[in-house]
Amino acid sequence: MATAATEIKVTPEIAAEHGLTAEEYARVKKILGRDPNITELGIFSVMWSEHCSYKSSKVHLKRLPTRGKLVVQGPGENAGVVDIGDGLVAAFKIESHNHPSYVEPFQGATTGVGGILRDIFSMGARPIAVLDSLRFGEITAGKNTSEEEAAKNRRILDGVIRGIANYGNCFGVPTVGGEVCFEPCYSQNPLVNALALGIARKEEIFLAKAKGIGNPVIYVGAKTGRDGIHGASLLASAEFTEESQQKRPNVQVGDPFVEKLLLEACLEAMQTGAVVAIQDMGAAGLTCSTTEMASRGGTGIEIDLARVPQRETGMTPYEIMLSESQERMLLVAENGREHEVLAVFKKWGLDAMVVGQVTDGGLMRVKDHGKTVADIPAHPLAEEGPVYNRPLAAPAPRVESEKDWFTFAPEGANLTQNFVKLLSSPAIASKRWITEQYDTSVRTNTLAGPGASDAAVVRIKDPKTGVVKRALALATDGNGRWCQLNPRVGPMHAVAEAARNVAASGARPIAATNCLNFGSPEKPEVMWQFSQVIDGVGEACTALGTPITGGNVSFYNETLGKSIYPTPVIGVLGILDDASRVLKIAFREEGDIILLLDGVASTVGARYIVPSSGNSAREFSSSEYSKTVGGIVAGEPPAIDLSAEKRLIDCLVALAAEGSLQSAHDISDGGLAVTLAESCFAANGLSATAKLEETGPVEAVLFGERGARAVVSVNPTQLACVLDTARQYQVAAHEVGKVIRGDAFRIQYKGSAVIDSSIPALHDAWAHSLERTIFGK
Amino acid sequence: MKFGVVVFPGSNCDHDAFYALGNVLQKPVEFIWHQSEDLANCDAIILPGGFSYGDYLRTGAIARFSPVMKSVEKFANSGGLVLGVCNGFQILCEAGLLPGAMMRNSGLRFICRHVHIRVEQTDTPFTNAASKGQILKIPIAHSDGNYNCDEATLAELEKNHQVIFRYTTPDGSNDDAGNPNGAVHNIAGICNRGRNVAGLMPHPERAVEAALGSTDGLTIFRSMVEALVGAAKATA
Repeated sequence: MATAATEIKVTPEIAAEHGLTAEEYARVKKILGRDPNITELGIFSVMWSEHCSYKSSKVHLKRLPTRGKLVVQGPGENAGVVDIGDGLVAAFKIESHNHPSYVEPFQGATTGVGGILRDIFSMGARPIAVLDSLRFGEITAGKNTSEEEAAKNRRILDGVIRGIANYGNCFGVPTVGGEVCFEPCYSQNPLVNALALGIARKEEIFLAKAKGIGNPVIYVGAKTGRDGIHGASLLASAEFTEESQQKRPNVQVGDPFVEKLLLEACLEAMQTGAVVAIQDMGAAGLTCSTTEMASRGGTGIEIDLARVPQRETGMTPYEIMLSESQERMLLVAENGREHEVLAVFKKWGLDAMVVGQVTDGGLMRVKDHGKTVADIPAHPLAEEGPVYNRPLAAPAPRVESEKDWFTFAPEGANLTQNFVKLLSSPAIASKRWITEQYDTSVRTNTLAGPGASDAAVVRIKDPKTGVVKRALALATDGNGRWCQLNPRVGPMHAVAEAARNVAASGARPIAATNCLNFGSPEKPEVMWQFSQVIDGVGEACTALGTPITGGNVSFYNETLGKSIYPTPVIGVLGILDDASRVLKIAFREEGDIILLLDGVASTVGARYIVPSSGNSAREFSSSEYSKTVGGIVAGEPPAIDLSAEKRLIDCLVALAAEGSLQSAHDISDGGLAVTLAESCFAANGLSATAKLEETGPVEAVLFGERGARAVVSVNPTQLACVLDTARQYQVAAHEVGKVIRGDAFRIQYKGSAVIDSSIPALHDAWAHSLERTIFGK
Repeated sequence: MKFGVVVFPGSNCDHDAFYALGNVLQKPVEFIWHQSEDLANCDAIILPGGFSYGDYLRTGAIARFSPVMKSVEKFANSGGLVLGVCNGFQILCEAGLLPGAMMRNSGLRFICRHVHIRVEQTDTPFTNAASKGQILKIPIAHSDGNYNCDEATLAELEKNHQVIFRYTTPDGSNDDAGNPNGAVHNIAGICNRGRNVAGLMPHPERAVEAALGSTDGLTIFRSMVEALVGAAKATA
């Protein structure tokens, strides 16, 4: 075995610099039966990085429910795949690109989008929608944020938004939804989680399994350069320090135009029937794609780096193997038919080179001009990496008392001013300034773009005939604040809200994907949070019938030793059997009756995960209103009743199918008052008047965020039908108000007007505040 | 009657135009690859939206040199109908088939939203199914849609009634307030002097079904169909 190609002699110190522990290095030597050379060390270090190997999360991820009637492909491939009927499948997955987006917001975000799109089309599915779940530090100066820091967060936000827009718009996929949240903990560690959805015919799904000894291995797409070397291992798998800005060269650079060509060329090449397997080169580039394809196929791969298209001269094998240059794919073709594949890529003006072949014996052998520079058993490299059951430790319980909690306003107080403040807070305010920078309508499938419905809804055109029958709905959610306060209940809310959003668009939730953003796994408290979150996500996904089909784990979201809130972002996919039955949030007609649907009110089968303390101040202290108006973040997330959530979801789906609703909007951030106002904002010239008779403090009634609730509007002629259906599903339906024509927006509570304003005034605060904040107006 | 939709590397509204013509209007339509000089006997050519060649260098600047553009130019010069949408409009300007050029949007950002445009002229093959002054609701999606040209050209355009679409508010009362990108004279679309070549920044192919929020884009495609039917009758 020749190691002369590389001059650097590997020592335990160099191994440590590559992020390998002494035990991991010993394992490398055991697998090889000798010392690795520098190229091999680089290969092991990226494959065994936290980012690629899931070494700290694997033992916990096993507890997630991943099977279901409709699941065609669960975790472990490039994306999850579910059956959506009529011979079609949906491929979808969410992934993080957090660290790069802090170091270089624009490129970090673009390559995040690019990476997830490749995951989808490498499976043979054409991407039809993208959603982005974003978390930033506060963009307005306040108690925990200096003006300098707020300004920096605004710059990061701007760069990330422009990056997402730049990539998706040029690529030609609509960016149709997602969320944007702000908390101080994301100040030096923003979260950029991108979700992509694609459609394929069921029998045309491609997997990343290198099969067929002697089959040629073909490199396609952009040339390999020195960008992104060690992106996965050094950038994504270590926490941030003050020197992190020096890691800018580790961030990849995206080219959406090349990705668009790659998409069309890959889909066309797949149609030739000559493609056996395909995998994108994302994190850990050529290393990961060769190793994983060989490992999954139970084969080996041999490649010669001299044949790899290169952008720069003088690159070493180490650099070529570890480069994370974007817009590249590795595919295996049928022996003797490679010219068919090469011809397609030539047509699209892309590089395509046969760089090696599938071998037996299970070795990943890398040559450089015929000389072997790495020789590693593929399966142990991919599958027998370290697995850690890291220590867990629950933090000391928080000791809180009434004085730490929100103090409710006295009965009869006029809350209009506070309501305006809430509506104009970045968390609640309209995100239109952001979403208008995204192309939301390309591909002409968007039935409900950002803000139109609780979920993004895209119709499915049959890939061959263009005929439309069904539609898919997608929503993402993940309240980090609630997960910080209670890492078991918080993630249940994330699943429940995403599923509720999907149901409020009329679609039946069928599957989920998750992006788990956490601090350092080496901290027992963080691992405890992780373990709790996995249990919470698992329990909610099981209860709501949405198995997890894929996703990713992002650890080391820390800066200067401080972790972010544990932030599981859940994406739920739903299906609408009739694309014409989409529910939107906008009120539709004067005189329609406004109902509050509540899954909890029926006590049948109710099961609170957290025994409700009966203290609404404690639960309310975790709300958006408490944070914005009271400056208090404390207490517990609202108690959750998953069977109530399920009842409400089933009820909404049934109501949508029977076509008896005019509008639907779930109650979440900002509570009932915000829900009502948003349904007015989305309508043209309509408003609402509401009378509430619930018990409890008025602020809890107006702004409380307990789940399992939605506001729907109903034509009076349909009322009996709706009430009947609600009864069938054991969901309470309270009549709370009416849709009116005009400007006045009024909510009465126990006979007194607690909010008394006009739609134009409220709309102005809500619609323009984000833009004003960004531009400092 | 047959429509041809040109596919440049980076076109991404080609499928949408194809769907609007083929599935919604049920007219014969086919794709034409940018390296082909054969327009496949099409009676009307659509240059679709997207980011041809990544819009690197300048929007439309590279695409105009595609082999297909030689044939499109010949086709246009012999009276054939050519419609450029968004990036297609930019390519037509770069190719000199339409006057003027696009600058970056005045807000310096990509904008995607429904806008309202007024039909200024109905004596073109792209607007004959509309009534004069009719307001169409059609989405835009671009970074570079700020149409501009020199004073003399602008005067020519206006004098010859070549401005066929202008941005306006939903009720048509205030054109400046309805201008999303800073385009001179609120110009959203123009035609050539021969009135057989037109470009517009809004995407009519995205406004062809109520489910997409508007069907107003159909007016433009129906106009083309009528013009072609009329031309066929005239030669019959």
